[in-house]
Amino acid sequence: MSRFWFLVLMIFVLSSLAQLLLPWWSVVPVCLLLAAWRGISGGRAFLAGLLGVGLSWWLPAAWLNTHGAGLLATKVATLLPLGGSGWALAAVSGLLAGLVGGLAALSGAWARQAGAPSSEKPTAIHS
Amino acid sequence: MLRFLGPGLALLVTLTLTWVLNTKHGDVPPVARLLSPYQGFWQNGETADDFPAQQTLTLPGLHQPVRVRFDDRRVPHIFAQNDHDLYYAQGYLTARDRLWQMEFMTRVAAGRISEVVGPKALEYDRFQRRMGLPYGAENSLHSMLRNDTTRVVLESYSEGVNAYITRLAPQDYPFEYKLLDYAPEPWQPLKCALLLKLMAWDLSGRSDDLRMSNILRKYGPQVVQDLFPDYPNREDAIVPTGTPLEYKPLPTPATPPSFTAALTGRLPQQEPDPELGSNNFAVAGSRSASGLPLLANDPHLQLNLPSIWYQVQLHAPGQNVYGVTIPGAPAVIIGFNPDVAWGVTNVGGDVLDWYQLKFRDASRRQYWHDGKWKPVRRVVERIVVRGQPDRLDTVLYTHHGPVVYDQNEPVFNKQTPIQHAMRWTAHDGANEVQAFYGLNHARSYQDYRRALRTYGSPAQNFIFADNRNEIAIQPNGHFPLKWPDQGKFILDGTDARYDWQGWIPMEQNPHVKDPARGFVSSANQPSAGLDYPYYLGWDYAPSDRGHRINERLARMRGATPDSLRLLQNDNLGITARQLLPRLLSLLAGAQLSPAQQRAYAELRGWNYHYQAQAISPSIFELWYTKLVERVWDDEFGSEATGLEMRYPSRARTQELLLRQDTSRWIDDHRTPIRETLPQLALESFRFATDSLTRKFGPLGPKWGWTNQKSTDINHLANLTGFGRQDIACGGSPVSVNATGPRNGPSWRMVVALGPQVKAYGIFPGGQSGNPASAYYDDMIETWRVGQLDELVFLRAADENHPRLRAAWRLE
Repeated sequence: MSRFWFLVLMIFVLSSLAQLLLPWWSVVPVCLLLAAWRGISGGRAFLAGLLGVGLSWWLPAAWLNTHGAGLLATKVATLLPLGGSGWALAAVSGLLAGLVGGLAALSGAWARQAGAPSSEKPTAIHS
Repeated sequence: MLRFLGPGLALLVTLTLTWVLNTKHGDVPPVARLLSPYQGFWQNGETADDFPAQQTLTLPGLHQPVRVRFDDRRVPHIFAQNDHDLYYAQGYLTARDRLWQMEFMTRVAAGRISEVVGPKALEYDRFQRRMGLPYGAENSLHSMLRNDTTRVVLESYSEGVNAYITRLAPQDYPFEYKLLDYAPEPWQPLKCALLLKLMAWDLSGRSDDLRMSNILRKYGPQVVQDLFPDYPNREDAIVPTGTPLEYKPLPTPATPPSFTAALTGRLPQQEPDPELGSNNFAVAGSRSASGLPLLANDPHLQLNLPSIWYQVQLHAPGQNVYGVTIPGAPAVIIGFNPDVAWGVTNVGGDVLDWYQLKFRDASRRQYWHDGKWKPVRRVVERIVVRGQPDRLDTVLYTHHGPVVYDQNEPVFNKQTPIQHAMRWTAHDGANEVQAFYGLNHARSYQDYRRALRTYGSPAQNFIFADNRNEIAIQPNGHFPLKWPDQGKFILDGTDARYDWQGWIPMEQNPHVKDPARGFVSSANQPSAGLDYPYYLGWDYAPSDRGHRINERLARMRGATPDSLRLLQNDNLGITARQLLPRLLSLLAGAQLSPAQQRAYAELRGWNYHYQAQAISPSIFELWYTKLVERVWDDEFGSEATGLEMRYPSRARTQELLLRQDTSRWIDDHRTPIRETLPQLALESFRFATDSLTRKFGPLGPKWGWTNQKSTDINHLANLTGFGRQDIACGGSPVSVNATGPRNGPSWRMVVALGPQVKAYGIFPGGQSGNPASAYYDDMIETWRVGQLDELVFLRAADENHPRLRAAWRLE
């Protein structure tokens, strides 16, 4: 598994676990620390945060949308307004959370690059 | 250090975005918290597992186990072994389905909406408090807690609600809490009292005193006598003329010399809707197929989701009752038990008056009354406003009641005169819960009469039938003992002779039992005939619905529950029947365009029924409304006169249109020419056809009444997507089927008394308040087509019934 996909998976698993117990914004420290720990370019870190946190919302939202929350999702999607589509609402929800996750991961990756001398290859560091 | 600029900025952006998405901004909810699948609305879904067919819930404080059966409409049938557990379970289960609604409505009542939505509700909150709604609730609460029975009822109910609230984690809060970003607070008996007062405001808070005083000042007593007579029509009074009095009436206070309130240019929209009304009727065994009475009731209220009513069956030692409850208040309000059935409609009696005050000086610490300066009581209201410091607001109280506005300021509610004290029956304490508790337990006519004695406000026409073949009706509540027309206009607050000087004894409220005609009925028309010894009020709802109900009941033989259901769905418009031939004749000889001729031909063939697809009601209603405006607006409209006034009643207007075509009121005095009735009729007819053509195109099916009327059932907080719009149904505010644009039959019930009582009912919504639930609006379709559900009425907790779906145990 490439280090990028490994990071996506780590972010997905740890942020899901964190959100089961803590507020949704617990994804921010999770992404930040994981991205800093794994050392990865800013762009890839952002993408990993977006996908990892996004998945932590898309998967349960998709499940809930077909298991009891569908009627309500349609109504909320009318209110927001998203044309009454629960799926569009699930997609947008995950994208918003993903955006926060991506930015947090980006901050982590950049912080690591700033903290480490540029000569060093970020990949060599394991803390 | 520059290298930290990038990560620092990225972190700043991250944290800012996190904050933005986590916080409520004005009306925008905290987006991420709302949309999170872990805590947000996705958690509010409802699956089969959330409602198991069998389960045992362990609840703190129950004395003995309680059994609950649920039917296929999710109505709980509660079987408890004592009163405490019964009302505890009612509170718990109602909260389970309706927590947000019941709590939100108590905030509406108490003037505590700013706490949730911020400063935009401040004027609303101030008004609620200043007109003394929480003050009335406190007074009622005292009398309810003084009584041992109702104290147990209220405290147990509250305990049950709180048992539910304590079980909730934030992700379990009903959807609306998440959207508006707040949390439920503990329930108290005061909240039950607040809900009943809110009902009192909706049903008896309307006042035309200011408008009538303005009219009196501008046009004088003769015009008032002519255009605004007392009781325009008593032919269909609820308790008919000739009903024997079995008591000696009290003397009525003397009428003091006339008083004309100082003319006020102050504009008295936030007042209760005049269209709120209701029907109830019962036929005796002599008119029924079974030989035993049938009873029907349909209260017309604003149509909202979650529904204003919640169905329940309550079974405990001494009672087995089924009916609808107000979420947040214990006991059944309209319902039946094995022996009796009862229902309510609103009484239009005048129970709210205004007193013009004279303060000693600008400090407003004393007011002049009965020849002396009396102290003003000052009450400071603390209003919590979200996102702002608390607001303190001082309200002045005289012995009459609160001074709703003591300073010159824009009034929230246009019927409110400034520097006047408000006297209202709902300010006084009464024990309405005891009355409903009594009705729930009633086995006979005597029990019913006894139960009504503790009922204060809002005054209701309590209809009754039992399985001993007795039927009765009683306009009931606290009615002040008034001289004739007292309170038709603003009253003199300095003269004690203008005070309310006593009460009509409760047993002397109008009532009739087993009348020879074999039926009793009410539809908000005048309470009593001309021989009733007391003055109750001068203005009531138009008698159209009452007249039609009596007309059909008088012809009814061998009635079945379906006969009463069909009457509830009667779409005939009495005004149209009386007036349309006349209006059409006024068009005789007029030049009509081909489009207008088609509309004319359509109307000529109309049977006066406001059916969903009929075209004529759309034309007639617009035509008639415009014509009335043309007749009265120049003299009584607020724009034309700069004064808040009102139009004469529907009945008086009809008389003018039918018989007084030379009346001075027909001319629009703002124009140099003298208008005639045919002219006004033609102009308003043209207006109606033109505007319908503009709206729907050439005359065709699109002109159907349902499109023009557009019945909407909106979410209580007006959330787009959470209501049901443009429901295709017939009826009109003046038909027995009083389904208007926003108001309508909020519960239709028909009960057939007998050895085994059978009952039918429906409301336009569902048992669940959760918009994610299939039971949020599952009854609307049955309601729309005018059908009723047979109500599942169990005799025992373990009775089998094919429509039962779940059995729970609470212990």
